[in-house]
Amino acid sequence: MAEQSIESSGQDLPAEGLVIGEEEVIKIVDMHKWYGQFHVLKNINLTVHKGERIVICGPSGSGKSTLIRCINRLEEHQRGQIMVEGTELTGDLKHIELIRREVGMVFQHFNLFPHLTVMENLALAPIWVKKMPRRDAEEVAMTYLKRVKIPEQAKKFPGQLSGGQQQRVAIARSLCMNPKIMLFDEPTSALDPEMIKEVLDVMIELAKTGMTMLVVTHEMGFAKTVANRVIFMDEGEIIEENEPEEFFNNAQHDRTKLFLSQILAH
Amino acid sequence: MADAAQNHIVGEHPDLLPPKTEVGVWGWMYHNLFSSPLNNFLTFFGLFLIWVTIPPMIDWLFIDADWVGETRDDCGREGACWIYIGVWFKQLMYGRYPDEDLWRINSMYIIGAIGLIWLVWPNLKYKGWIGVFMLFLFPVACYFMFSGGSFGLERIETPLWGGLFLTLVIAVVGIVASLPIGIVLALGRQSKNMPVIRAICVGFIELWRGVPLITVLFMASVMFPLFLPEGMNFDKLIRALVGVMLFSAAYMAEVVRGGLQAIPKGQYEAADSLGLSYWKSMALIVLPQALKIVIPGIVNTFIGLFKDTTLVLIIGLFDFLGMAQAVATNPDWLGFAVEGYVFVAFGFWVFCFGMSRYSQYLEEKLHTGHKR
Amino acid sequence: MAADPKQVSADVSVPPSKPAFWNDPAWRAIFFQVLVLVGVVVFAAFLVRNTLHNMESRGISSGFDFLSKTAGFSIGETHFGISYTEENSYGKTFIVGLMNTIWVSMWGVFLATILGFIIGVMRLSTNWLVSKLAMVYIETIRNIPLLLQIFFWYFAILRPLPGPRGSIQLSFPIINFTHLIITVLVSAAAIFLLWWIGVKKRYDADQKAMPLWMLVIASVVTVLIIGNVVSLVTGFGLVAQWNESFFLNNRGLSYPQPIPEEGFAITGWAVAIGVVAAFFVRRWAKKRQDETGEQFPVFLASLGLIIGLPLVIFIFSGLPLHFDYPKLTGFNFTGGSVLTPEFISLLLALSFYTASFIAEIVRAGINAVSHGQTEAARAVGLRANPILRLVIIPQALRVIIPPLTSQYLNLTKNSSLAAAIAYPDIVLVFAGTTLMQTGQAVEIIAMTMAVYLTLSLLISTFMNWYNEKMALVER
Repeated sequence: MAEQSIESSGQDLPAEGLVIGEEEVIKIVDMHKWYGQFHVLKNINLTVHKGERIVICGPSGSGKSTLIRCINRLEEHQRGQIMVEGTELTGDLKHIELIRREVGMVFQHFNLFPHLTVMENLALAPIWVKKMPRRDAEEVAMTYLKRVKIPEQAKKFPGQLSGGQQQRVAIARSLCMNPKIMLFDEPTSALDPEMIKEVLDVMIELAKTGMTMLVVTHEMGFAKTVANRVIFMDEGEIIEENEPEEFFNNAQHDRTKLFLSQILAH
Repeated sequence: MADAAQNHIVGEHPDLLPPKTEVGVWGWMYHNLFSSPLNNFLTFFGLFLIWVTIPPMIDWLFIDADWVGETRDDCGREGACWIYIGVWFKQLMYGRYPDEDLWRINSMYIIGAIGLIWLVWPNLKYKGWIGVFMLFLFPVACYFMFSGGSFGLERIETPLWGGLFLTLVIAVVGIVASLPIGIVLALGRQSKNMPVIRAICVGFIELWRGVPLITVLFMASVMFPLFLPEGMNFDKLIRALVGVMLFSAAYMAEVVRGGLQAIPKGQYEAADSLGLSYWKSMALIVLPQALKIVIPGIVNTFIGLFKDTTLVLIIGLFDFLGMAQAVATNPDWLGFAVEGYVFVAFGFWVFCFGMSRYSQYLEEKLHTGHKR
Repeated sequence: MAADPKQVSADVSVPPSKPAFWNDPAWRAIFFQVLVLVGVVVFAAFLVRNTLHNMESRGISSGFDFLSKTAGFSIGETHFGISYTEENSYGKTFIVGLMNTIWVSMWGVFLATILGFIIGVMRLSTNWLVSKLAMVYIETIRNIPLLLQIFFWYFAILRPLPGPRGSIQLSFPIINFTHLIITVLVSAAAIFLLWWIGVKKRYDADQKAMPLWMLVIASVVTVLIIGNVVSLVTGFGLVAQWNESFFLNNRGLSYPQPIPEEGFAITGWAVAIGVVAAFFVRRWAKKRQDETGEQFPVFLASLGLIIGLPLVIFIFSGLPLHFDYPKLTGFNFTGGSVLTPEFISLLLALSFYTASFIAEIVRAGINAVSHGQTEAARAVGLRANPILRLVIIPQALRVIIPPLTSQYLNLTKNSSLAAAIAYPDIVLVFAGTTLMQTGQAVEIIAMTMAVYLTLSLLISTFMNWYNEKMALVER
């Protein structure tokens, strides 16, 4: 099953004109979250359709990371509803497991397992979660390593790779579970400038395959070229959401303008 | 409240109060005590443990204890007999040191305490001078005050020393004397181009670190007399002190070595490029930094040594624990060993816990800026 | 470094000029080293000369001949099945002392590890109360001298106990095995059924499953009912008889000694077979998972093989084991085995004390695995158990093992405090009694120290090897 989808998505990449489906893959309704007394996420309403590439931006501490971490329940929300692929996220372990298989996540600090080789990092979840035979799992892993263009590093340990390579391995690791949605939590902000491009290139390639992506990032270039929707958050709220062109040229809200002027200044 | 939130202007959503399960006493209890069935069970188990142990302990220690009186007969109640501690307090603190000379110890305690507080207190001036005084002058003054025999002070033989006083003497002498030896050993172990020196230092350090203190003390008490020329002999305390010094110097050397290794290579190179000789670059550049880093390590070594001083009772010295052990066998006061142990344990605990907190505080202070 | 004469190579056309030898660091180093070496040798010679002289004047002959002389004193307890009497030699005394040291250290390491890991994990618990209790334990125990704790157990708890006639007794039921087996088997089937219908089926059907606490209560009730039914049917109770088996008094703890009968060897073999089989099952399961992806409950299967298999064989070979119960005859107990108060005090104090350090090591080790690791493992869909097994434990162990081994070494060295309460370890019987009797201080102290040094060197060799191996694996 896994192999089929890899072939179909890997071989004929649709060059452009990505279709955004009708299907609602994520639906968040009136979601709130608190850290103790602190109201981090306020009244979040967001619907994501299949194939959408959404960039979430905003000043630090605005709750953007927390928002996407709620989508695979690394964080709990206290009010409202989050539906992923038609399954509601509650404390139910079975639902959480189901959703985590469908949702991949890439972290700011890669979080690769340092005691395992690159290959073992990638094959771990297919073997233990999908119960794949090792050979198949390693084949899948190799396919994705080729996709992120570092098949030759398979036998190395994460500590021997550069930051950009590590982040590409982390992306491949998520893809090995063949997720329907990918979450990126500031994937380039821990990287040296010369490595940012290699990671963004991989993400652009991924977008071309029609993957549904939610990306928290400050890379506005990426937002302009890849995203079909940009969301601006501040103080735990979604302030503004729009198509990239409108968003960058014709922001509605004062706070958005201020943020854009600061971030695009240099 | 929900309506207010629904109709807000974008960007001006009010901060709402969190649900009850998040904050306040209930929120705290939910998250920290009752968040899952396992946690419920653990909480009740913990409460049960506390209920079983704490009330009887408080009864014994305080409520049912005897506090006033002079003799054994005043201890008739169920709980602890603190009169016993009161009666033997002087012995537990000072051993058999003559009563009329206790001021000699107490005055040095006061001077020592002031000096230490001065050093430990943040942001005080003249720390360097106080430090030099505490390290070099103070021990000499203590020696003359405690043992006497000059300046018109009566001589007091070491077999009369005992109790907490002796424990402090052994621990402090052990640590102060082991510091310079430890530094020399550590430098020797680090010297790359002198293999003989290195080997001697490594051998010395590993020898003492590899054996238990008690064998070192045995050695000090039975072998030193053999080592010395005939007719020359030391008192038992000095022999024990030498043993403790050798032992703690080895541990100190490893602590200092840790500090030397933590100094960036650039510092050594910078010192070399300034044209400083080996000893000058060590004394002026490397050691001051290294020793500052290892203060927590030194304090930890001191805690270990402080606890280990109790071992001297095995070779017949009456330290704090040894004194408690000795007075427990007094025929008039049999049956109060537990009180003695509790008191001594509390004494050690206060010192060790205080010092370990201080070293943790120092570690945190040193690490600020390096942490994530 | 150009000044170093060894570094100057031949093909340099103009060699750097050499400094005067008293300013040459290499010459200085050699001079300095020779000086120190001479100093050390002279000092050592001085000590040796004094020692020889002193020994001569005291009439002590040097050498190790004393080891074959008759010791003439008895030792309170021996372990590992060694027998020792007054007629044995000092050499034997040395061996017995050494074995006693190893015996108490071995058990100490075992108990301290279990207790330390439990307390370390408690310290990390999300439950505030449990975490604080663990903290109180750690901070109390590690800040009180070990010797004081040994004294406390020995002089304050165990010695003041009543004599053998007033022993504290602990009775144990003698279990009717037929009853037990029938009850266990029937109950297991019933509970499985209960779980299957109440939890699994409903859960699979996405209905509300039976909560855990209800399942637990239902299981307990089931066991009680079935146990009573079995009693009614067979006419036997679960407990055939109550037997007074443990006696705690000022001479120690008397306990029933298991005595194997003929045919017990089969059970022993079953354990060995179980271990080997578990090893092969592990390999087979790994291979099968690699090939087909199917997982196999290796842990449960191994448990079954190592414990279950011998148990079944033990039962079917007719329970070839009986207990020799201690009995009060006159003023003392005969039969059974005894743990001496010295051993118990030393063991308890060593275990509790070392456990407080191990707990901190475990805590630090688990904390060293960053939270991001758990999050990443969760994000790819791993469950709690595999996360622990595949991600956290392997990383934590690397941090834990080096300091843990040095704690084991410390425990072994600390066991020398036995001398203070007369547990006959090597320090007491050899460096103490034997030294006192023979006066051969140098030889005896050297031998005692050599024992501990050997141990330290072995352990540090192991640690170096381990650290190097781990460093290679990581990068």
